[in-house]
Amino acid sequence: MIRILDIAAKDLKEEFRTKQMLNSMVIFSLLVIVIFSISFGPILGSSENVEMVAPGVLWIAFIFAGSIGLSRSFVAELENGCLEGLKLCPVSRAAIYTGKAVANIVLMLIVEIITIPIFVILFNYNIGGLFLPGLVIALGTIGFVCVGTLLSALTVNTRTREILLPVLLLPLVLPVLIPAVMATGSALSGASMGDISQELRLLLVYDVVFFLVAQLVFEYVIQD
Amino acid sequence: MSDRSLTGKILPLLAAATMLLAIGMIFFYLPEMKGESGEVLDSSFRIFYFHMPIAITSYLAFTVVFISSVLYLRKGEYKWDIVSRSAAEVGVIFALLVLITGSIWAKATWGWYWIWEPRLTTSLALFLVYVAYLLLRQAVDVPDKRARLASVFGILGFVSVPLSFLSIRLWRSAHPLMFGEAASGSGGGLEGASLQLTLLVNIVAFILLFASMVSYKMGNEMLEEEVNELRSSLK
Amino acid sequence: MDSILSLSNVSKSYGNFPVLKGIDLDIRKGEFVAILGSNGAGKTTLVKIMSTLSSPSEGVVEISGHNVADDPASVRSMIGVISHETHLYNDLTAEENLRFFGKMYGIRGDGLEDRINELLEQVELSGRSDDRVVTFSRGMKQRLSIARSLIHEPQLLFLDEPYTGLDQHASRTFEKVLQDLDPKDTTRVMVTHDLIRTFQMCNRVVILDHGRIVFDSPMSDVGSAEELKEIYISNVKSHSSI
Repeated sequence: MIRILDIAAKDLKEEFRTKQMLNSMVIFSLLVIVIFSISFGPILGSSENVEMVAPGVLWIAFIFAGSIGLSRSFVAELENGCLEGLKLCPVSRAAIYTGKAVANIVLMLIVEIITIPIFVILFNYNIGGLFLPGLVIALGTIGFVCVGTLLSALTVNTRTREILLPVLLLPLVLPVLIPAVMATGSALSGASMGDISQELRLLLVYDVVFFLVAQLVFEYVIQD
Repeated sequence: MSDRSLTGKILPLLAAATMLLAIGMIFFYLPEMKGESGEVLDSSFRIFYFHMPIAITSYLAFTVVFISSVLYLRKGEYKWDIVSRSAAEVGVIFALLVLITGSIWAKATWGWYWIWEPRLTTSLALFLVYVAYLLLRQAVDVPDKRARLASVFGILGFVSVPLSFLSIRLWRSAHPLMFGEAASGSGGGLEGASLQLTLLVNIVAFILLFASMVSYKMGNEMLEEEVNELRSSLK
Repeated sequence: MDSILSLSNVSKSYGNFPVLKGIDLDIRKGEFVAILGSNGAGKTTLVKIMSTLSSPSEGVVEISGHNVADDPASVRSMIGVISHETHLYNDLTAEENLRFFGKMYGIRGDGLEDRINELLEQVELSGRSDDRVVTFSRGMKQRLSIARSLIHEPQLLFLDEPYTGLDQHASRTFEKVLQDLDPKDTTRVMVTHDLIRTFQMCNRVVILDHGRIVFDSPMSDVGSAEELKEIYISNVKSHSSI
């Protein structure tokens, strides 16, 4: 258990030292928000329109930024054969997977925390609360990263990994994206927990199911 | 060898015969569909007898992919990978046919080729997942690794399908399900014995078609394996 | 002497292509075994199987009485691997790398810190402990990689072509560090192409060809490096790379 945190801490320490991935994720996410706010400029005057497009735009930004981060997640492990070194340690494969996933979740949450204020400003958005949107975004992010971390390990050894990762990832995360976008919209405009309980439940089911399945199959992904 | 050629001949013949019977039943055996007020409905509903069996067959195909993927990871036997890839390729064709026949039917009855409705969207998602599966297979060169990674994805894809159906339902439940009843197909019109029989024969026909396509595909894949093996033993 | 590593009837095939065919090998405590063979003879696969990274298609591997297939965790804490890959994280410092891998082997606290300092001293990197690995030369990385492999004091050490990419000086330091290890404590298995070093360092030689063991003898029965070369050539059918 503690080794999961050691692995996550190692990943984050590496990342904060260079900030290579984090910088590009943040900038990319902000660019998406800016481009959408420019292209939707004329219709952003009415708050009704904003409420309709904003959650989708926000999640597109998260997912694009997330895909960039995830595609690099196992690249550092391949340099110098580190993954092999890690596999030689008496650590379960599931712990390696979970450690990497935890680090990816933290990175994505950081990107999201930076993106949201900019998004609020550019879209003239009035946020109805902080806790509930935070919960929805966290649950959505966890589901996205659970699948994404597994697929990152799966595609890292293929010829076209940068392209292949989003192609494989997006159809699989569709079931997490739809409730996440819907619930984010409702939560941001001040809905109560009861209003979005169905979405929350589905997000939770998705997170749990994919986390467990990914743990089970991860050892086959990194075998040689 | 004789065993292979036997099933290799009988299965397609049987499939062809049932398919002919099924098509014949759709066009000549089925009574005309009457609406509630007794008027004769447009014949376009007949495509339903293709549409639904094809959909069932595509689900069957992806279930086969899932099971053989699990078996490959557990046992590491190559034959399971051959089953997976054959069923996935045929399944993708059927999933595409589901979308095409569905769109034709939708155009005739609703006036649009496409609406964002749970069942349609799920079919599209299903199709995309298995197109991604085939793309993954293309991207890995080493046969052993290809089989292993594809099996993992075959399992993930199958797990995601029921979840995407649930989430898409949820997504649309905010709006009235305009065509919910119609889209779920069977409706009240299928109570007659002749209708049920036609549907059943069609389902059997498409499953036989699927089985013979998969067995052809598997035969091809096995021959390819043999060729590769001979080639590497010559080196 | 006790056996520490035993393989019985180990085979491995990728798809329909056999790489190892029925390997039987018994290695006793304190031996320094060289595994020789041309490219494609199955050396790398054999080391992967012995070091738990890959599982055999058939056969049993036991390390100190633990079956590798049933109990990989206990086996992994007993073995160390030094290969031409350094297994080091470029963006972490030397010390952080050792600390991370130490924790992965379940070593924590003061014991870990002492071990790290001791190892850094042994591989002569104490002065660079706070520098990132990416700033190191190839030889320094290789030395740190030795420290990394020894952090948990393994009883069995695999050396997989450790000389690849090392210059003369780095090789000498490498050998010195390696010889400082007490042979009574550590059993070593080295895969290499280098016959002269094999003759100088190892006390048993195993030659692998086309997935089979074709020669296995104590080094004391081999008179000279020249003789070893003749034995190698006469036993390996395809001597493309020597």
